Amino acid sequence: MSILVLADLHEGQLAGTTAHVVAAAQAIGGDIDVLVAGEEVQAAAESAAKLDAVSKVRVADNAVYAHQLAEPMGALLVELAGDYTHVLASASTTGKNVLPRLAALKDVSQLSDVLGVESADTFLRPIYAGNAIATVKSDDALKVITIRTTGFDAVGASGSAPIEAVDTVVENTQSSFVKEELAKSDRPELGGAKVVISGGRGMGNGENFKLLDGIADKLGAAIGASRAAVDAGFVPNDMQVGQTGKIVAPDLYIAVGISGAIQHLAGMKDSKVIVAINKDDEAPIFQVADYGLVGDLFEILPELESKL
Amino acid sequence: MKILVAVKRVIDYNVKIRVKADHSDVDLTNVKMAMNPFCEIAVEEAVRLKEKGVATEVVAVTVGPKTAQEQLRTALALGADRAVHIETDERAESLAVAKLLAKVVEEEQPGLVILGKQAIDTDNNQTGQMLAALTGLPQGTFASEVAVDGDKVHVTREIDGGLQTIALTLPAIVTTDLRLNEPRYAKLPDIMKAKKKPLDVKTPADYGVEVASKVSLLKVESPAERKGGVKVASVDELIDKLKNEAKVL
Repeated sequence: MSILVLADLHEGQLAGTTAHVVAAAQAIGGDIDVLVAGEEVQAAAESAAKLDAVSKVRVADNAVYAHQLAEPMGALLVELAGDYTHVLASASTTGKNVLPRLAALKDVSQLSDVLGVESADTFLRPIYAGNAIATVKSDDALKVITIRTTGFDAVGASGSAPIEAVDTVVENTQSSFVKEELAKSDRPELGGAKVVISGGRGMGNGENFKLLDGIADKLGAAIGASRAAVDAGFVPNDMQVGQTGKIVAPDLYIAVGISGAIQHLAGMKDSKVIVAINKDDEAPIFQVADYGLVGDLFEILPELESKL
Repeated sequence: MKILVAVKRVIDYNVKIRVKADHSDVDLTNVKMAMNPFCEIAVEEAVRLKEKGVATEVVAVTVGPKTAQEQLRTALALGADRAVHIETDERAESLAVAKLLAKVVEEEQPGLVILGKQAIDTDNNQTGQMLAALTGLPQGTFASEVAVDGDKVHVTREIDGGLQTIALTLPAIVTTDLRLNEPRYAKLPDIMKAKKKPLDVKTPADYGVEVASKVSLLKVESPAERKGGVKVASVDELIDKLKNEAKVL
């Protein structure tokens, strides 16, 4: 078996998700190469080379791969896929954007959001917003898979794999990058944070999300939100936790003013410990919470912050 | 410009699903079905582009069993002009659907194809990207804003870190995210009118596409149930439990 892992980048650096995808590749077994594609990505390639279990890092460093646009990335993967039995990426917005193109061009299916590996051709994946887990077997010659990173513990970073350049340059006349508005935050990334505190519609407005800041600072937590809070315009979309937002599985998840729609639970129910704070003691969130506190969040949050 | 919009019949998003006792699949008997919510957003966007004068015709297409015509009629009631039903009782996976849609694109030559980013049953998030690859057209996935400008379309995409705007040459493929628009409800007179709008029925064989996939579903199980825990009476008790019982602080 030989596996190619497409590295996730975050502002030109290697994203933490990649170490989880390498762990999934390890569970499949075989040689693991990591592809780092983008513009000026040498530093990311060096980080990838340190990941345990990686045989080699392949770097496609060219302006055409800047921002990892789907068309050139798909074309690059098609060029490289011939050397591999499996191509993996995280189920990030980049992986989801690019990998189905590879699958279609190689005339194979893609398995999305895989959270467990049974064998080299049999995998577990969530369906119906995680309300059922399907075991699927692929008889395709090339397995194209996106990985739900919360399903695999990250590999360590004590390796030193060789780095080699990929000279393949593809053309792209169809799509171009215009702009990006990325949220700037000193807090940990939602996907990788050990503690997440999320607000819902019960927060009332965007201004009130500041009540979560102090607690997040004390706990080193990332701040998330329910879809209701995002749709109401309280906070931007990149904070959304749920079926169609981010999937998180921190050690501690604190849901504040979130009723607990199944679409939200789909994004956080694998957290180790869940705390719910809600004024409605019938809210469905309490059915999954390890610790529930019924009460007015505007009184509870300041008290919690002062006592932590 | 013609817009092709793809829709899928799925379990209604409010229904709590049950796994069959023999673990062969999810039980869909006597369950309320509806148009996939992301597809509703796709239809809405296409209809709005027609209302703005950007599009001249909206064609809705689906791949699925005979009952999927209900969802095509919904699309027609919402403002699509005509519909194409590719009828199959087989479980059509993303790749087969993308191949069929590629044939429809070849036939209809739309300027824009709009699809939902994912269906809420299989949660695959693949078909639009696969269609783009098969037709050789550029893609703007997870769109929260679509602006047609001459021979290009600007698509603002919801990505992990925030928003990204890209420009695509037309024709192009767009997949919708939740915040692209808020779909309207069909009015009764429009539902009546929709019954008279043209709806072509085809089969995968008409397009020479094989629906069978090389991925087999071995079993379906319910996820490990998460048990509700305890209610605590105060912030102090909560902090105590988190420190001494759960040991996460």
